[in-house]
Amino acid sequence: MSLKEKLKNPTRRQMLVAGGLAGGGLLIGYAFSGPSRHKLAERAVAGEGEHVFATWLKIAPDNTVTVYVPHADMGQGVVTALAMMAAEEMEADWSLVRAETAPAEKAFANENFGQRYTEGLNIPPMFQGLSDVAMLKVAQFMNVQITGGSSSIRWTGQHGMRPAGASAKDMLIRAAAARWKVAPGECVAKLSHVTHPSGKSASFAELCAAAAELSPPSHPVLKAKADYTIVGKPIPRFDIPGKVNGTAMYGIDVRRPGQLYAAMKFIPSFGGEVVSYDANQVLSRIGVKKVVTVPGAGVAVIADNFWRAKEAAKALDIKIDAKGHDALSMKTIYARHDADIAKDDGSKDVEIGDAEAAFKGAAKTVEATYRVPYLAHACMEPMNCTVWINGDKAEVWVGSQSPLSVRGRVAEISGLDFENVTVHPMLLGGAFGRRIPVVKGFIDFPSEIDFATIIAKEVDAPVQLLYTREDDMQHDAYRIAVTSKFKAGLDARGNPAVWTNRYTSKDEPGEAAHIPYAVPNRSIRYVESPTVVPRGPWRSVAHSQHTFFTESFMDELAHEAGKDPFEYRRALLKNEPRHLAVLELAAARAGWGTPLEKGRARGIAIQQAFNSIVAEVAEISVSAAGELKVYRVTAAVDCGATINPDTATQQVESGIIYGLTAALHGEITIEKGAVAQSNFPDYEMVRMADVPVIDVHFIDSGAALGGLGEPATPPIAAALANAVFAATGKRIRDLPMKNHDLTPLTAKLAQAAD
Amino acid sequence: MSVTFKVNGVRHTLDIEMEMPLLWVLRNELGLTGTKFGCGVASCGACTVHVDGEAVRSCLTPVSAVENSEVVTIEGLAAEQGAAKNALAPIQAAWIAHQVPQCGYCQSGMLMAVSALLKENPKPSDADIDEAITNVCRCGTYPRIRAAIHSLSNA
Repeated sequence: MSLKEKLKNPTRRQMLVAGGLAGGGLLIGYAFSGPSRHKLAERAVAGEGEHVFATWLKIAPDNTVTVYVPHADMGQGVVTALAMMAAEEMEADWSLVRAETAPAEKAFANENFGQRYTEGLNIPPMFQGLSDVAMLKVAQFMNVQITGGSSSIRWTGQHGMRPAGASAKDMLIRAAAARWKVAPGECVAKLSHVTHPSGKSASFAELCAAAAELSPPSHPVLKAKADYTIVGKPIPRFDIPGKVNGTAMYGIDVRRPGQLYAAMKFIPSFGGEVVSYDANQVLSRIGVKKVVTVPGAGVAVIADNFWRAKEAAKALDIKIDAKGHDALSMKTIYARHDADIAKDDGSKDVEIGDAEAAFKGAAKTVEATYRVPYLAHACMEPMNCTVWINGDKAEVWVGSQSPLSVRGRVAEISGLDFENVTVHPMLLGGAFGRRIPVVKGFIDFPSEIDFATIIAKEVDAPVQLLYTREDDMQHDAYRIAVTSKFKAGLDARGNPAVWTNRYTSKDEPGEAAHIPYAVPNRSIRYVESPTVVPRGPWRSVAHSQHTFFTESFMDELAHEAGKDPFEYRRALLKNEPRHLAVLELAAARAGWGTPLEKGRARGIAIQQAFNSIVAEVAEISVSAAGELKVYRVTAAVDCGATINPDTATQQVESGIIYGLTAALHGEITIEKGAVAQSNFPDYEMVRMADVPVIDVHFIDSGAALGGLGEPATPPIAAALANAVFAATGKRIRDLPMKNHDLTPLTAKLAQAAD
Repeated sequence: MSVTFKVNGVRHTLDIEMEMPLLWVLRNELGLTGTKFGCGVASCGACTVHVDGEAVRSCLTPVSAVENSEVVTIEGLAAEQGAAKNALAPIQAAWIAHQVPQCGYCQSGMLMAVSALLKENPKPSDADIDEAITNVCRCGTYPRIRAAIHSLSNA
């Protein structure tokens, strides 16, 4: 049945089982599609004498269980954490558990992404207008195997790994009971064996073939949290040993026989075209093989060594037509933002109550305009993709957040059949939203995947396209620059009676600009303000913009009301118990309200993102010369529960430091239609000396699992800016901090007095 | 022109452009991919190797500069630190104990930079670490790197 036919005949979400596999193994899958799905999975991962045990689990004759994780581990520890969830329910012996990244096969497509990304709240454009079931099918049809939206644990883990593991356990127990002619209820699965009080015992591997003959349970019973032996433990990650001895293989490390290397000579500005160049300028250089035009991007030089390719590309002169886009600058972009916001009232985001009427009764009105600039991802591993087009087949080696999308994209660009394209997922040297190919309606700007395929068509060898750091920084898909205007009305007691917000560019998730506070009248609207600058998701996406805006402006309101910013928020969160608990925990652990060392100040911010709530308190000082130092960040997190508390803590530390770099230094500016920054010296990073003490506290609320890869990033910029205000009296309304003279107003007064 | 030097104890004589940076010689000519490319301007430290025991950023070091030198890369770190074959150096074990790496891409350079620091200064203070370790990690593993260093200096 083709996918189109399946779209017409949607099957229910169901358990799958395949008996009678060669050798008598068991294959079950917790899946949304028909039986063809797990056959695909089996073919892709099972070796001789091995059987795929569920779409995600395989039991080998030596009783090891391999968990196939359909997500990219780009540092977040998800391969280990998902394996923990499956192994827990299955009652596997953790020492016998292995984990591997699933191949880029449709059988591993995570339809959950399509369904759960939306959560019934915000449907990405590519899924809009579809019913629930159709949406799942579309996600599969779109070849989505994506790691993003902080989704792996809460969707794949909760809705895939856990039921799959529980089903496997149920079937293994029933197989043992049948063998021993006892009641299944008398048998116990533990440590990869099933045992009976009579003393009988069999390994999972011994039971696997018989279990295949059984039907899977319609409602697999999940373990109670109190019985967990694996989940909730700080278990060491599988991927770490290879990352301390140089054996971990990233996309950039791929080496194939006869491999060539390509370097780009990019058109500096966006939206331009190559007019002409003379390949002979570089073809006589050592190792240079060929020069290839990459439409819309520039020219690629192919050589036998990347340095030779890069040096040749640097030496090549290209004539370009900027197509009029070279007039684009931050000045024109921000002027357009302001004009677009002023033009009309835009589109509705939130309308509650009657804002206009509420302003008439307001005792005080507060207005402010905020901005954030473009940001590059600056993954440590510059973008790369290795493609070999060999006759009617293609092989691709790449570290990607969506290997299946890569497969579809390479097929499309090369003109080859999807089935003839093989993608080898490699490790990712950072991603943060950058490593996703074109997925129409989601990411619309061509990337290294497209360019590498175009280049590979021109040579009869595997070719690795690698960006220099300058290419990577100047040809990213950027976090958009955003302008956000606020006006609020306070009542006589200083509480906000009305909150209005007009911002540019709706981004995902759509609720990022919403506020949890009890403000009776709210009007939040947006206008689109598109440019030719490529845009893409950047760790926490829209939250990276709006949390700085809303939580800074909330701080302004507290100040205008003459109230403590923590107490002000607390009162306005009285109807949001989870938010309140998180806010109070962060404040308590940070010692909010207790005396500080001289010259220090605190700032607080909170945001719910990807179903997790995070509050952060930054403790800082600003010297009389305006030097900012961040000493400590205290974070409180409610993500429902943590699977692996150590990797969960890591993700919070990571999210804070990533956000701190952006808040302090992060700024990509557009001048003459091109990115002005080029490398770390002018796009600076937080380094060891700048890192505060980070103190992370989780609340085990038992709420539905939230994501963790992103939610710690949003609050830090606002917490920092609010602390800067507390220290200096200066309200920072645009980032990064480096652009501001932070000299405390009191210090200025002192200077003036001198 | 040819250049002769040792990498992880193995002598190589290469007929190659003298200005080719050591990084690309290691990665593209010798197949040692553990040393990473990050910036190409000696800013991020992902390409850090040891040349005659000193931490050097290989992306801006022309291969001619290591003539007759002993180069050690992440692949040779354990041996350089005196670990038995297939065993880990204490610094690598500390990295695992503290679960330092996330994406892991910068960690080769971090380990090479930190091992050079510890050789010179076995008990570095926080200020010493701040000054010596200027490598970039985008995942933000810095707090764990600091903890791992202190665990080694207190061992």
